[in-house]
Amino acid sequence: MSFPPMQPPGIEDLAVRRSRKPHTSMFVRMLVRAAVLRRGRAASALLAMVVAAAVATAMLNLYVDVQAKLRREFRNYGANVVVVARNGQTLPTDALQTVESALAGHGLAVPFAYVVARTADGQSVVVSGTDFDQVRKLDSWWSVSAWPGAPKSALVGIRAASVVSPQGKPFDLSFQGHTVHLTAAGTLQTGAAEDSRVYIPLSDFEAWTSVPPSTIEIAASGSPEEVNATIQQLAKVLPAADVRPVRQIMEGEARVLGKTRATLLASATLIILTAALCVLSTLIGWVFDRRRDFAIMKALGASERLLNSFFAAEAAALGAVGAVIGFAIGVGVAAWIGRVNFQAPVVPRFSVLPVVLVGSIVVALISSVVPISLLRRVQPAMILRGE
Amino acid sequence: MFVRLVYESFRRQKRRKLLAGVAITLGVGVATAMIAVATDIGDKINRELRSYGANLVVTPQEDTLDLQIGGVDLKPPSDGAYLNEADLPKIRGTFWHHNIVGFAPMLPVNIDAGNAGSLTLLGTYFSKQLAFGKDDFVTGVRITHPWWKVEGAWPDDNSRDVLLGERLAAKVGRKPGDQIEIAGQSHRVSGILSTGGAEDDQIVAPLALAQQLLGKPGAVRRIYVSALTKPEDALARRDPKTMTPEMYDRWYCSPYVQSIAYQLQEVIPHSHAEQIRQVAQNEGTVLSRIKGLMLLVTLAALFASALAVSAAMATAIFERRNEVGLMKALGAGNVSISALFFTEAALLALMGGITGFAGGALLARQIGRSIFDSQINIQPVLFPVILAIAVIVTFAGSAAAIRRAVKFDPVYALRGEA
Repeated sequence: MSFPPMQPPGIEDLAVRRSRKPHTSMFVRMLVRAAVLRRGRAASALLAMVVAAAVATAMLNLYVDVQAKLRREFRNYGANVVVVARNGQTLPTDALQTVESALAGHGLAVPFAYVVARTADGQSVVVSGTDFDQVRKLDSWWSVSAWPGAPKSALVGIRAASVVSPQGKPFDLSFQGHTVHLTAAGTLQTGAAEDSRVYIPLSDFEAWTSVPPSTIEIAASGSPEEVNATIQQLAKVLPAADVRPVRQIMEGEARVLGKTRATLLASATLIILTAALCVLSTLIGWVFDRRRDFAIMKALGASERLLNSFFAAEAAALGAVGAVIGFAIGVGVAAWIGRVNFQAPVVPRFSVLPVVLVGSIVVALISSVVPISLLRRVQPAMILRGE
Repeated sequence: MFVRLVYESFRRQKRRKLLAGVAITLGVGVATAMIAVATDIGDKINRELRSYGANLVVTPQEDTLDLQIGGVDLKPPSDGAYLNEADLPKIRGTFWHHNIVGFAPMLPVNIDAGNAGSLTLLGTYFSKQLAFGKDDFVTGVRITHPWWKVEGAWPDDNSRDVLLGERLAAKVGRKPGDQIEIAGQSHRVSGILSTGGAEDDQIVAPLALAQQLLGKPGAVRRIYVSALTKPEDALARRDPKTMTPEMYDRWYCSPYVQSIAYQLQEVIPHSHAEQIRQVAQNEGTVLSRIKGLMLLVTLAALFASALAVSAAMATAIFERRNEVGLMKALGAGNVSISALFFTEAALLALMGGITGFAGGALLARQIGRSIFDSQINIQPVLFPVILAIAVIVTFAGSAAAIRRAVKFDPVYALRGEA
């Protein structure tokens, strides 16, 4: 067998051109050409990877963020900490400022002052002075017909209304000889002790009775540990008062939140496993499909190590690219779920990215190692013959 | 011939069929478990929300105003009206009695406790055995107030033992097992109670003891009722007096907190039942948030498992190009080849669907047991739905791959040039 005396000019040109080109590594070229030439199959493998990474990102992001989202809902239950004066004492006059500076914006503090006053016909009624703007935020379940705005206007509990101001008329209340004239701005219904009380602005209350607030109700935000830290700090800065957690609220919240998170974790695990399975089956199919490439490389004398590292590098690249694209999509999905369900977007957690990245690469590596180790035992000739 | 082709394909390609079958089984299993959990989560979380305590309170209709500050009752005991203890078991006779988790009567009495001074004694049920008709049940604060913690032992409802609030106990220096003098008589302190509320400064005793101290047998000041309710909607807020008869029936037969309150008023004479808005209003929002979250997560699960099934089917069919080429070379038409593949897919989907449903049901039960300590019920109607979804998803996943396999030129396929 002899070579033709003259090579076609085109091929010589090509050889010259190639030799002049900068020497890109053969390895990289193989990787790139493998992806470019079999666009369809590579794209479907990448798609599976992207979808799985997106689902995993969305679930993990949701799992991390849902606690904060639900805690906000639970704050609607109202105060989880109360500061009360010890028996027979009053709170220090600057107690509210002390509490607010200790909270530093991580919560809401509302003062309440109470006395038992008498109506014009001698009936006893509990009158409370408070800050209506804050109460509205703290006790969102209060069903109020109209919030008082003007001074000397009162919010009358639904049961107290029939006693103090049957037709919503202005009324007088007296306490220790001092009388105050009030107008009923609206009625209040809660189903609890508030229904039997009359609420008036704190400034009017103090001018009338000279009794300072005896209770500060606090909705402290954050995890149970943070709330407990807040309680300890409050107890330190207010040694003259009792600072107590509202166990009913705190324990209920912990219970419901714990169960929800556990359910979400179980669901997230199932979903991520399913997504990983999907990637695994697609990628195994993809690698298996390329047994001819494998056989040709082997027949041309590629070492085991080169082959392994070639397929591993390919899988790792696929996993990394898929994870990054999937992360971006997954963050979007989580934000959408947050908007739809909680009316606030779920904040992207970049701490999830390394987990998704490593997970994707590991799954991709597994799915290329399994078929390769099967193929290694087969003679390249058999594969090339199509058996 | 067709049947034989299908049969032989399953017999000879066990490994491939098994792989696709496993993918379908897993996908269907995850979908079943997630749907079962999502449909039942509302009920489960509703029960967990009962740990916030009672959401309804029943008071006497002609009651005078409460004089309560910081949980301490300042009303003179002679004042106001009472409910009758004998009416309590009738709560089990209301339309929604299955939704009533428990109830606890309360009777505060001001007493003189020897050297501890004047304080409040609260009479209640701890876990009292009651009967309504043939129906025996247990109710009391241990069910309605789950955050109450006792160091020592809960008193028996028929005993004369009492619980001391933790701050009171610290003040008077009593431990569980000690004696305390109440209105001239000595009572055993069976435990120390911690609630985080006004009860920490009070004595809590069996209802009969409080009634005896007050001198009013059978008297109850108020009843706390803990009920499973449906989140309120526009219908719930309407006044039953202005409703048309059909609307009234629908309202009455829905477990809204308002209709349960209405039914409580019906069975307890001279009473006024009211929702405790702090608990009742908020559980609706929390419940709908958690349900919405699980619904979206279930959609994600369905999507992921549909994708896994499609991917497995596509791979399985793509691997059989040679077979398709051979069949076409022997003269098979596109329709008969597609029919063969679809029949195989349907068989796989049915088998995978049935095993997957069984596995998913087990999984859902396991989740229910480990997280909520109760069964998650799986509606039988879910079975055909799941099977239909499995078949549809398998078909959809196979369709593209089958189309490609059929369009492929048999010559290339047989030469192995994919």
